[in-house]
Parts: sequence; C-alpha cells; structure tokens
Amino acid sequence: MSVLGELRSSRKAASGPRARGGLRRGDGRAAALFLAPWFAGLLLITAGPMVASGYLSLTNYNLLQPPEWIGLDNYSRMLEDPRLLNSLQVTFTYVFVSVPLQLAAALALALLLDRGLKGLAIYRSVYYLPSLLGGSVAIAILWRQVFGSDGLVNQVLAFFGVQGQGWVSHPDYALGTLMALNVWTFGAPMVIFLAGLRQIPQMYYEAASIDGAGKIRQFRSITVPLLTPIIFFNLVLQVINAFQTFTQAYVVSGGTGGPADSTMFYTLYLYQRGFGALDMGYASAMAWLLLAIVAGMTAVNFLASKYWVFYND
Amino acid sequence: MTDATVRDAAPPATTTLTELAASMPPGPPRRFRRRSSVKSALKHTGLIAFGFVMLYPLLWMIASSFKPSALIFREPGLIPSEVDLSNYSEGWNALLHPFSHYLMNSAIIVAGSLLGNLLACSLAAYAFARLKFKGRTLWFAIMLMSIMLPIHVIIVPQYILFSQLAWINTFLPLIVPKLLATDAFFIFLMVQFFRGIPTELDEAARLDGCGHGRIFFRIMLPLSVPALATTAIFTFIWTWNDFFSQLIFLTKPDMYTVPVALRTFVDSTGQSSWGSLFAMSIVSLIPVFLVFLFGQKYLVKGIATTGIK
Repeated sequence: MSVLGELRSSRKAASGPRARGGLRRGDGRAAALFLAPWFAGLLLITAGPMVASGYLSLTNYNLLQPPEWIGLDNYSRMLEDPRLLNSLQVTFTYVFVSVPLQLAAALALALLLDRGLKGLAIYRSVYYLPSLLGGSVAIAILWRQVFGSDGLVNQVLAFFGVQGQGWVSHPDYALGTLMALNVWTFGAPMVIFLAGLRQIPQMYYEAASIDGAGKIRQFRSITVPLLTPIIFFNLVLQVINAFQTFTQAYVVSGGTGGPADSTMFYTLYLYQRGFGALDMGYASAMAWLLLAIVAGMTAVNFLASKYWVFYND
Repeated sequence: MTDATVRDAAPPATTTLTELAASMPPGPPRRFRRRSSVKSALKHTGLIAFGFVMLYPLLWMIASSFKPSALIFREPGLIPSEVDLSNYSEGWNALLHPFSHYLMNSAIIVAGSLLGNLLACSLAAYAFARLKFKGRTLWFAIMLMSIMLPIHVIIVPQYILFSQLAWINTFLPLIVPKLLATDAFFIFLMVQFFRGIPTELDEAARLDGCGHGRIFFRIMLPLSVPALATTAIFTFIWTWNDFFSQLIFLTKPDMYTVPVALRTFVDSTGQSSWGSLFAMSIVSLIPVFLVFLFGQKYLVKGIATTGIK
C-alpha cells in the first residue's frame, strides 16, 4: 500500500509491467512529452532550489546584497543559538508526545468502529472531519479562543467551580493546547487503520475462536501483528507531518512563538529568521537541518521496523 | 494490498459467523444476543457522546458567530440567548476589502491548482504507469522521494527565484508549480489507479492505430474519474487551507487569500470582536465543509490508499 510500500517494493513494481510485455519496446519520445511538465518542475521548482539552498546555507545573504561565502559558519552558529536549540526541543516534545497519543486514539476508535458496526459511515465522517479542518487558520483561531483566559474551556471549568487560566498565554501549557489540536485530528490515521483492519481475513478470527482463543488473545495474536505495517505507515507519515507544524503555532501565538518561546516550532523559527530577519543563509542552513532530521527520523523508523513490523507477503 | 483497500464498498466478511450463530440450537444464543444488544447500545451511546465532545468546539463556534461578542465569553452553551447577525456583516467588511475579495483570490489559486494537478500529474502518471523508457525506476523513485520533501527546504531559493521574476504578490508562485506537477503525491495516486486499468484496453487501441495522446485522453482519463475526483478534492482542501506559502508569497493586502486575511483580522482586532472573527472563520470553512459533504466517498478512498490528511 501507499508510498512507503511502494518504496519498499519499488524493484518489484518497476519490473511488473515490463514482464507483462505488450508495450512497444521503447516509448522514449512519448515519455519525454508526458513527463515534460514534471521534469521542468523537478528541475526548476524542486531540485534547482534544493541545490541553491545548499549553496545559500554556506553564505551570508539578506536578499539585498549578493551572497557572501562564509563556509560552515551558519551551521556552527546553529549549535550555539539558544533559540534554535529551544525550537528543536519544542518540536521534538510536540512530536514525541502528540503523535503517539494521536495514533493511540486513532487505533482505539478504529477498533471500536470495526466489523459491521451500524452507522459506521456516519461515525467515520464525524471523527474524520477535524482532520480536514485542523490545519486551517480558522481552527487555529478557534483554538486560541477555546483555550484563552475567558475561553470555552475555562467557562466549562467555571461551571464545575474550577478556576482555569489562560492556557495559550501560559508558557507551561501553550504547547499542550497545540498537542491537543494534533490529537484532535486523529481521524485521518483512523480511516487508514479502518482500511487496514478490513484487510485482515475474517477466517483467521473464526479459526482462532474455534481453537478457543478469547477476544484478547485474538487481538494480540492476529489483529496487532497484521496491523503493524499500517501502524508503521501511520507513524512515519504523522511524524513527518508533525515536524512541519506551522500554521497552528503561528496563529495561536500571533506569529511570535510565545509565550516565552514555548510554542516556537522549528518551522516558525525558520520563517522568522528567513522572512522576518531576512537571514536567508541561516534559514537555508536550518532548512537542511530539518531535512536531515526528518530523513533521519524516517530512517530510524525504517530500521526499527525490522524488529516489530510484520509483513505478510 | 492497494486495490483491495480502495474498494472499501465491499462488505466485511461477517456472514460466516452469523450463519454459524443461526445454525446453533436456541437457548443460550438468545440470552447472548440480548446481552450483546445492551452492550451495543452502550457502545453507540459512548461513540455518540465522544463524537459530540469532539465536534463541540466547532458547533460552539458556529453558535457563537451569532452571539454579540460580549456573550461569547460568558456562554459555553450552544443556544444563543440573543441572536445577532451583525457579526457577519461586520466581519465581511472589517478589512481593507470586503471578504468576497479574499474568497475570490483563494478561488483563483484553487482553480489554477486544480487545473495543474489534474492535468500535469495525470500526464506524468501515464508515463510512469504505461510507458517504457530509460531510467524509469530511478525517476519513479525520485518522484516518490519528492513527496516527502519538506517544503521548507526549498522555500527560500524559491522565494529568491520568484522575486527575481517579479512574481511576488502575484498568484503565479502558487499556481505555476502545480502546472509543473510538483504535487508529486497525486502522480503517485494516479499511477496506482492507472495500473489497475487493464492493459488490454490500450493495446486494442494501439492496434487500431491510436497514439499515446489519444489513449491517454480517450481511454485512461475517462476511466479514471474516481482518481481524478480524489485528486480534485484533496487539491481543493489543501490549497484552500494552505497558509505557509500564501503567507510568504502574498504580502500585499490586495492579494491576500482567505487564510492570510483571517490572520490579519486576528492581529487587527485582538480580543474586541471575536464574534465577527468567528463569523468569517465559519465562512472560510464552508467551502471545505461542502467538499467534505459531497466528496466523502472519494475522500475516504483517497486516505485509505495513500494516507494523507
């Protein structure tokens, strides 16, 4: 399934149609035409800017004067930049706390909804809706009010006689409200889990129950192992997504990453350096570090997957 | 795994168990059934309550958009004690331009992105799925990897490039990349779909003398409506909600899109007019909600195959 499965089996996929035959031996010219827009995009919009970004990361550049070569200075500056280190800490905390919670919620709900539950489609839609809206500015605005000092959460708490506080304006809690927002969007991974659960042949459960396996045993020995590729897939995707969180932090903190840099996500700091301070060289170096982190996390996930993901093919 | 995942219409194979239960002698199963119906009622109650709590903030925002601002801070309930439509008229005209201006700007970018993603991505997908050419495996792998590339890595040089072309504060930086199939994700989606179309169809067309252009437009595209619909829906929602690149490339109030305009709205009004801020937030969510309502089938399929938000 999906991008990851495709990468895993890309050799197989590539040889598939060739073995099937029937195509003319070479379609080079047609392929060049069909791929022309994509090639142009790859060159001008993706690869070219990547190379340029690599070069700029080795310069001091503010858009106005020509780039000045400074070697690895931007990278060594990053190591000593307390705000950057703080933004890494904020982002990692966010990823490591909110992604597992989000996936746990997604899996739990998927299990509850599985197997011919009445009204499945309605539940699925209701739980999925926040995923569609969650990345928008409008929802970030809502969040800012809901967790504000006079916000909905505190009104409800007051109803129970509890005195709340300004959650988004308190350095200890602001990041938590953004994590809550991420968990709130568990619908997308839930839908993927549901699709995965449907792939597990019913006969496994029937055979197991004839052999006397209880529900818990069935869950542990059938559902979990057969679902590990899906769990893995969701994990990789959500980690990559979570590392790039920007809109919510930007809107909820009013673009500052505050209070006291407690919601200064890495991407937000990158934006501030690059487009606020016009420190384009530094921002480029930051971008490469981000790429290295995302690639590194994905690689770790892939390596670790050998020990817990079970492929049934 | 892919194709079976797409066809989520197929009912789960629960029949055998039910048949087994039906063939059992009467007595214990009936009691079992009664207990399980209590259990299922409890389960549904729990699921409904949970869904309600989840959607509560949204519902409350809708309700609050009809309340005078002062009441928003005092009424956690859904039913406004006082209905006030002025939030909408005030919000509509609160910024430099009427809100319709920003809706129109967003719509233009969405339209351009739709055209780009539908055409450019499916063209590329046809080559990957059906044509034989040198280095296909390599290019395919590059395409897959570009899906996972964070936009932040290339945004700075892109900005420099576009500012040298004098494209900043035009819609071009947001549309032209789509015309060049940079949303590679949709190429992948279409490749998956094209592979499911029997090759006999295009072989027959080839024998009848059709070139690749005609096969693509006359056979593949008409057969790919579900994949095109999924692409269109996700392009719409992503582009409509996109904030990062619009914030960077559009800095002139004339060019603001809905998300960027909403952001300035927050800054300019602060705490004073939550009512009209909420009203315009609702307006901004309506198109996404409509697409969700009418495109659900394709949305669910799209996420199930590809795992996107």
